[in-house]
Amino acid sequence: MGAWILLILLVVAVFWAIGAYNGLISLKNQTVNAFKQIDVQLKRRHDLIPNLVNAVKGAMDFEKSTLEAVVQARNQAVQVNAAGPDAMKQISQAENALSGALSKLMVVVERYPDLKATGNVGQLQEELTSTENRISFARQLYNDTATQYNTKQQQFPASLMAGLAHAAPAQLWEIDDQADKAVPQVDLSMKPKA
Amino acid sequence: MSTGADAAPTLFQQQDANRRRTTLLVVGFVLFFAWLGFGGDYIYYLATLHNLPYQTHHTFPWLGIVLTVVGAGIAWYGYNTGPEKVLWSTGAREITDPATDQEKQLVNVVEEMSIAAGIPRPRIWIVDDPAPNAFATGIDPQHAHLAVTQGLLDLMSRDELQGVVAHELGHIKNFDVRLMTTLAALVGVILLVRDGTGRFFWSGRSGSRSRGKGSDLGALVVVLLVIWILSWIVAPIVTQMLAMAVSRKREYLADAMSAQFTRNPTALASALEKIENSEAPATHLKAGAAHLCICDPLDRKLNDHPGALGDVMASHPPIEMRIIRLKGMGYAQAKQQGTLPPDSPTV
Repeated sequence: MGAWILLILLVVAVFWAIGAYNGLISLKNQTVNAFKQIDVQLKRRHDLIPNLVNAVKGAMDFEKSTLEAVVQARNQAVQVNAAGPDAMKQISQAENALSGALSKLMVVVERYPDLKATGNVGQLQEELTSTENRISFARQLYNDTATQYNTKQQQFPASLMAGLAHAAPAQLWEIDDQADKAVPQVDLSMKPKA
Repeated sequence: MSTGADAAPTLFQQQDANRRRTTLLVVGFVLFFAWLGFGGDYIYYLATLHNLPYQTHHTFPWLGIVLTVVGAGIAWYGYNTGPEKVLWSTGAREITDPATDQEKQLVNVVEEMSIAAGIPRPRIWIVDDPAPNAFATGIDPQHAHLAVTQGLLDLMSRDELQGVVAHELGHIKNFDVRLMTTLAALVGVILLVRDGTGRFFWSGRSGSRSRGKGSDLGALVVVLLVIWILSWIVAPIVTQMLAMAVSRKREYLADAMSAQFTRNPTALASALEKIENSEAPATHLKAGAAHLCICDPLDRKLNDHPGALGDVMASHPPIEMRIIRLKGMGYAQAKQQGTLPPDSPTV
């Protein structure tokens, strides 16, 4: 009788271990995949910017410096090809700088109602908004998935399986406060919001 | 607001529950046909039991077998072509190559929210209906469709559109669409078959009268007719009540998922307010697809009353309740981030 109980307990424990292991592996892969998604969206932004800048160059002759800042930030972000533990920090710094330059461009566009009226610029605005949204949503999904993964591998009893599944805490994608603060948030043009 | 840690198991449970309920629905549908057929066979058998040896004896249940096969065929067909049929019934047109800025924005918003939801981008459709509404259909996130009305595009701001699209993607992600679409397809088939059999019986009756058949079968035919007609009358009501019951709870859940994807519950709240205050009548979204929509297109008064009758019959929870919940989420979020406007009311 005692042997039977022991056997049943053992079977239950094995099944639990398999479940916990598979759960961790699944979360790990989801986290990796979510990180790839950010990469895809960043790449998309890099590819898009030259076209966008070309499309509005003529209409925005008087704001050359803003456009140039965007192009420069873009080129810097493309060149970051880091690996190692600091990789994410370097990438996110360059990308945050690019985000900052792009939001400055958006603010400039907002300031000139005539500019917004030209077809190209309206489309530029929509494309920029969408691009920034895609990146931030990809980041949000990554951070949510990574948090879930980190919580799971640290919580008892799943933490017992963490070593076996080679689970290590995933780094979250931090948003650089400095870059956000550099963006002027005030719109002084006094026109109704579109 | 629930994010990350505790969202996943409930999502998987939700997906499993939806898969299971879809299976149950299909099995129930086939069983209903089997009951109709074998029930008819049994009555026929009883009626011919005491016939003389040279008269007809109904011993082989061909009616039951045929109807079960037909029911299974219909269920299979409905399950597989449900999304197409739903889209076809609303006259939606697919946006593959966005022509206008408005369409471009819709495609962008859907792509953004698919990223946030972590699912492939569904195919995008527009319904030329002036009433603002939206629905999603499909079998799973890999084969999904999202449709919005022209009225919705005209009325909503970008943020509000995002909230509505995220709500629909929530339905797609937790497999609500599979259950709802199968239900819509089967409800549609039952309505269709009812109309069809009605016509068949009418023509059949006039035919037998003209031929002047013997009266010994008359009582039996009447019994069969009564059962059949009753079944066809009851079936659509039951399936429609099922559709209503099944969709109500899901709306709150999809609202919460939308808030999780956009992190902006107040935008969906204001979108719902706009939809509720819109006077434009629905021209393309009909009863069959009502339970798929973000807000009931038929504008039934039942949906506006949080009472007992509304709880049983309405396909959607009262919009007021949904708005209050969303605003509560927005308030909690703002409080957490310390971005509460100074003049905001305390809830």
